[in-house]
Amino acid sequence: MSRKPRNWERAVSILLLAPSILALAIFVYAFIGWTGYVSLTRWEGAAPDFTFAGLHSYQRLFLGQGTDAIRFHIDLRNMVGFTLFFLIACLSIGFVLAVLVDQRVRAESFFRSVFLFPMAVSFIVTGVAWRWILTPGDPAIGAVGINLLLEKIGLDSLKSLWFTDPTVKFITPDSPVGQILNQIGLGFLASSDVGYAMALTALVIAATWQLSGYTMALYLAGLRSIPDELREAARMDGANELQVYRHIVIPLLQPITLSAVIILGHISLKIYDLVVSMTGSGPGFATDVPALNMWRTTFDATLFAQGAAIAVILLFLVAVLIIPYLAYNTRAEAQR
Amino acid sequence: MQKKSVLVSLLLVLALVLSMVPSASAAPASAGMACAQTYTIAAADWLSKLSDKFYGSILAYWPLMAATNQKNLEDKTFAHIDNADLIDVGWKLCVPSKADAEAFLKTFDPNNPAALFGSGAKGQLVVGSWWTNAGEFAGLNEIFKQYKTQNPDVEIVNATIAGGAGTNFKGQLLTQLIGGKAPDSFQLHAGLEVETYSPGTYVVPVDDIYTSAGFEKVFPKDLLAMLKYKDHYWGVPVNIHRSNVLWYNKTLFAKAGIAAAPATWDEFFATADKLKAAGVAPVALGGKDGFELQHTFEDILAGTLGAEGYKGLWTGKTKWSDAKVTDALNTFKKYISYANADHDALTWAAATQLVIDGKAAMNIMGDWANGQFTAAKSTDYGWASSPGTKGIFVALSDSFALPAKAPNPANAKAWIAQAGSKAAQEAFNPLKGSICARTDCDLSKFNDYLKSSAADWAKDAIVPSVTHGAAATPKWATKGYADAVVLFATSGDVAKAQAALVAAAVDAGFPQ
Repeated sequence: MSRKPRNWERAVSILLLAPSILALAIFVYAFIGWTGYVSLTRWEGAAPDFTFAGLHSYQRLFLGQGTDAIRFHIDLRNMVGFTLFFLIACLSIGFVLAVLVDQRVRAESFFRSVFLFPMAVSFIVTGVAWRWILTPGDPAIGAVGINLLLEKIGLDSLKSLWFTDPTVKFITPDSPVGQILNQIGLGFLASSDVGYAMALTALVIAATWQLSGYTMALYLAGLRSIPDELREAARMDGANELQVYRHIVIPLLQPITLSAVIILGHISLKIYDLVVSMTGSGPGFATDVPALNMWRTTFDATLFAQGAAIAVILLFLVAVLIIPYLAYNTRAEAQR
Repeated sequence: MQKKSVLVSLLLVLALVLSMVPSASAAPASAGMACAQTYTIAAADWLSKLSDKFYGSILAYWPLMAATNQKNLEDKTFAHIDNADLIDVGWKLCVPSKADAEAFLKTFDPNNPAALFGSGAKGQLVVGSWWTNAGEFAGLNEIFKQYKTQNPDVEIVNATIAGGAGTNFKGQLLTQLIGGKAPDSFQLHAGLEVETYSPGTYVVPVDDIYTSAGFEKVFPKDLLAMLKYKDHYWGVPVNIHRSNVLWYNKTLFAKAGIAAAPATWDEFFATADKLKAAGVAPVALGGKDGFELQHTFEDILAGTLGAEGYKGLWTGKTKWSDAKVTDALNTFKKYISYANADHDALTWAAATQLVIDGKAAMNIMGDWANGQFTAAKSTDYGWASSPGTKGIFVALSDSFALPAKAPNPANAKAWIAQAGSKAAQEAFNPLKGSICARTDCDLSKFNDYLKSSAADWAKDAIVPSVTHGAAATPKWATKGYADAVVLFATSGDVAKAQAALVAAAVDAGFPQ
């Protein structure tokens, strides 16, 4: 081929890409920049006020003495706690389901669909339904929802306050572990700022119900791509089924696990709709998350600068998760 | 064709008969007949006789009727004539000049008598609100109907966005206002919520409507003070809700041997203990929607500090470090300890349902809860002002405001004036389950609760609700105050909560 058509082709491809690049530049990156800029101003109330305030909003959120800082610290704690348990639950249940479905069961496609269906439901619907299911009731008034069920089948000990439980599990400073942490200069780990609010468990259950089927689908695709020869070879070498999974299947599924962590992780970091419809901010903000706080700060309290600061922090935290993944992917592609 | 226009004119006549509403509408565009003189009808007058007198023709009474009706739209001292054969002594007529009258007769078509009834403004009226529930929607439609009869050529656009207390609506509206697009008028909690929309920038004062419609004479003094911000009125209130109401189940009270609703907090806890002893859950509390706790606490503050002390909290006169605020926090803590354990899972409506169903005895909630009692056809419920607030009316009110960039300001002003009128408030409020902001409404259409509330409204000290936007700026009400209360409800740490409340007041610009 001569050079001319190639240049022409390149020009066309740039031309064809230009609108979407332009749209992305404006509607994604320019707006991110704008939000960052707003977070550095004093904008309060509806009328924009672009007086430069430096890192005032960030300082207020991280280091302030007021309820703003208390609530934001709780949000970060909740975000981490929720993400951690949600990922563990989703990955392990998803993996087990995938392995089970992969056993060449009868009506495999039926099971696959059943497990995948919750993903088609919107988080709002999931939230409302699980709120009804997990509303605990009151000892004097009578249990409702799942607590009532547990009561009827005689499993009273399993009854729980679910998402109305304000307890926060954390390492207390006077516990042995707390004292050790204190001595090695990690005393801040022994505070209720670093802990797990029990109320989040209800959210974890609902979110896992919705997305473990999706994780199953990811793993199933991964399992199907592992050649049978590899397993056969391991079995020939005398490995039992457990060892086959431990040494062959799971390591080979590592890219799938990574993708799942990224996809589920960014959903859980940004979670908003499920929380709003299911629990709201919860007792003492036990189920509050940054996205919810951002909405309230920006549109109810009209503290635009502070709302923008929360948005930027949220973006930054998601980026911490995503960017290594993107870098890894790019490198993997380059190697190919 | 003939049939249709008769129908139209019949409808118009009917509509005009129904309308008794003064309108501050801008001068109507059409007709264009000026009054050469005015005439007051005397005994033995009839229109043909008058037209003979003014124009020398007994058949020229159409322009008299048209000009008078046209004038009536802007000035109610002029008569409104539905039927040329029915006039009364003392009616004021507008008499156009002979030239105007002849010009009118040339174009007038008796088969299309609409021209006789004057024409109001044209264009659109876009009204933004969060009124989507059955009762409030029906009420809003009543005001729309009244507006339509006044201004038949105006197309009304009902721009509602669902969502309790306007949470969704406000976000959307803010974006619109900042982006330079505004409805003609929008729903606004009376009071300091207006701060959300940077008064002066995105909304403009409606003082002139107050003057022209004489609203300062018909709204209570305390309400006027609550509506005034930066020395201006920013909206006209349509309705009043009361925040400080204690609802109780009479059957359960009887079961526990309780004769009357508790009037003080000491009595309240004694009552609660009696109920508990009788095996009844004493208090139903909600919390899921994130306003119920703050709502309850404001009523406790009002009940502990009294009307002046409570009002002072929001104006800097009362210090948040006051010992009485400590008392209020302790009372609130105790109140929560009597409430259902799962309060954070229930909405206010679910908590009210517990009282209706006889599963819990008492509940403090605003008087929108009454709608739920009546909808459930409950007959054994009672109400009282929440403990300690006898003689205090913790009020919130929906008003209509005027955006600076309203596309049709004349229509908007007419609408806002309409919203404050007696006819509109009497039609709207029984459906919405609230009372008139005016003190001169006819109460016959209102239910028993509303009658009692209206009686209190006329005599009680009125103080603004903070949770519902009246008392404090949004940042104070929805962040500083609200977050401190939410944290306290769980932690129970009185000292910390009071410190947070003090800090919130300082943050809002009231040094403590």
